[in-house]
Amino acid sequence: MDVSTVPERKARLPFLARFNMLPRTILRARREGMVENRPLLDVLTHVVLIVGVAVIAFPVYVTFVASTITAEQVLAAPMPLVPGPHLIDNYREALLRGAGNSAAPVWIMMVNSLVSALIIAIGKIAISLISAFAIVYFRFPMRNFFFWMIFVTLMLPVEVRILPTYKIVSDLGMLDSYAGLTLPLIASATATFLFRQFFLTIPDELAEAARIDGAGPMRFFWDVVIPMSKTSMAALFVIQFIYGWNQYLWPLIVTTQENYYTVVIGIKRMIVGGGDAAIEWQLVMATAIMAMLPPAAVVILMQRWFVKGLVDTEK
Amino acid sequence: MAKVDFHSVRKSYGQLEVIHGVDARVADGEFIVIVGPSGCGKSTLLRMVAGLESITAGEIAIGDRIVNELEPKDRDIAMVFQNYALYPHMSVYDNMAYGLRIRGMSKEEIDQRVRKAGGILELGPLLQRKPRQLSGGQRQRVAMGRAIVREPKVFLMDEPLSNLDAKLRVSTRTQIAALQARLGITTVYVTHDQVEAMTMGDRVAVMKDGILQQVDTPLRLYEAPANVFVAGFIGSPAMNLFTVDLVPDGARLGDEVLPMSREILAAAHSRGLSQATYGVRPESFQPGDGQGLSVAVTLVEALGSDAYMYGAIGGDGGQNVVARVDPKRPPRKGETVRLMPTAEEVYVFDVKTGDRLGAGPPS
Repeated sequence: MDVSTVPERKARLPFLARFNMLPRTILRARREGMVENRPLLDVLTHVVLIVGVAVIAFPVYVTFVASTITAEQVLAAPMPLVPGPHLIDNYREALLRGAGNSAAPVWIMMVNSLVSALIIAIGKIAISLISAFAIVYFRFPMRNFFFWMIFVTLMLPVEVRILPTYKIVSDLGMLDSYAGLTLPLIASATATFLFRQFFLTIPDELAEAARIDGAGPMRFFWDVVIPMSKTSMAALFVIQFIYGWNQYLWPLIVTTQENYYTVVIGIKRMIVGGGDAAIEWQLVMATAIMAMLPPAAVVILMQRWFVKGLVDTEK
Repeated sequence: MAKVDFHSVRKSYGQLEVIHGVDARVADGEFIVIVGPSGCGKSTLLRMVAGLESITAGEIAIGDRIVNELEPKDRDIAMVFQNYALYPHMSVYDNMAYGLRIRGMSKEEIDQRVRKAGGILELGPLLQRKPRQLSGGQRQRVAMGRAIVREPKVFLMDEPLSNLDAKLRVSTRTQIAALQARLGITTVYVTHDQVEAMTMGDRVAVMKDGILQQVDTPLRLYEAPANVFVAGFIGSPAMNLFTVDLVPDGARLGDEVLPMSREILAAAHSRGLSQATYGVRPESFQPGDGQGLSVAVTLVEALGSDAYMYGAIGGDGGQNVVARVDPKRPPRKGETVRLMPTAEEVYVFDVKTGDRLGAGPPS
């Protein structure tokens, strides 16, 4: 902030000054003359930030190092903290053979995770868009009742309704299938609610203009509502993809065949280690690193859209 | 192109009736402006023509076709909204072309129509822009363009200028009026601004509380208002209205007797009135030499070509008066002047019903 403007701004804010409520920048500038000249604070903030990053990043780094060395080196104390030469070997082995006694090859589990996360994310967005559209733009009996019904299910996450849901999925013969892995997770009150709120901000005149232009409801939905919701959809996609990818309890219950394991369960299975078989930590760590990559990629690739979707709406 | 007919059109929301039987005819190619204070039902009436509101009772016909049950898209109308309602994700070109595409028109014809409308409205260089990259005036023109390309029978415009700044509003006003005259398409235009109504419309429909007060040419509205509401609504500054006692030779306001024509007096007597509402336009005051209302000047607006003085009859706390005065020699603030209404230009209204007394316009 330019110091020379301070008296002027203060003059415009006599009311605030009287109550000692001037904006903090003004107070600070007044007290110290210069805002930038605070070396101690700069150092302190950087130290805090660096420590924070280290706390988060160090375990990831250790995981990475462990995935590049041999099993013996992992178990040696202390474990080396410099990446070893076995990166390609370990990843290839994990991908193609898996680890431990009972785990499937990681590439199958990765595909399973990817397919389920995509189905969950896209399915949630599709269903929520349609239901929010119905609730906002159509007048039908008990509209509010249905909205509140959807809203109330927010209180019932998978973990709460896990037994009845399992019973239904099993009765429908959907155990050990992608349908069983994804369908119960697709209905989403959160996304419906978010889209409803977004649709309510679209001016009514837009729907009326479309009516006069001759667009029916579905045409309006497709040509106007969906393009306008793009950024919200992108933001939701990121959130829901990670939600789907990170599912643990539900896939654990609904799958018994290794071909349908997701990578998150896979890691758990690898370290359970049946009998006297040694746990192949270097492979487990390689799997963990690989399991982290797709969500990270989604976040990085869609970051711009994601932020846009949360911050502004294209109007 | 077509005429629009209203036959005792009513609109109710539940128990609440907001439009109490409108009868009117908009002639083929006519530009009619519906004007009234906010909440008078003028936008509702327009939306009923568009098909965005249902018609509770009565009939609306466009051309010879009763449209009560028709969907908006089948009524062959185009509407310009107050906030323009442009599709934010579509380019200017697509905004205009959207309705035509839905109608299944050929690409060449769409292109030709959009470019023609773009040319008329000087949107040529903007066709590929998105609405958010346009200024308010440009968006307004796109909204007009979207209506024009449809080549509808009727244009409906709902306060299309109220989101523009004052200067742009004046220039756009003349553009729209000129465009309508050039295209010759029947237009129903809703506004709350009486200046817009007076300058744009072939005829103006003044509406209040869901009832049409008067439908007439702008000049007739000004010269022969049907009732006290129209008289007070049309004209700027507004007509001065006083409640006066009727006496044998005129109207008494305080100690002064104001002039009134014989014909009007007779009309008042035949109604058995002892009081009336006495209306004088600001320009109908003459300086009265020692006669007329004694007014203490509180404010003088000198506009150069014109000057208006505001004052209170008999000093502070008296009734407010506005009068046009000689712009070369306006009175000064604080002075007391005498004002005399010109007898031939005075309007007198029934105090109870608000109807104007006496037939025809004052000559």
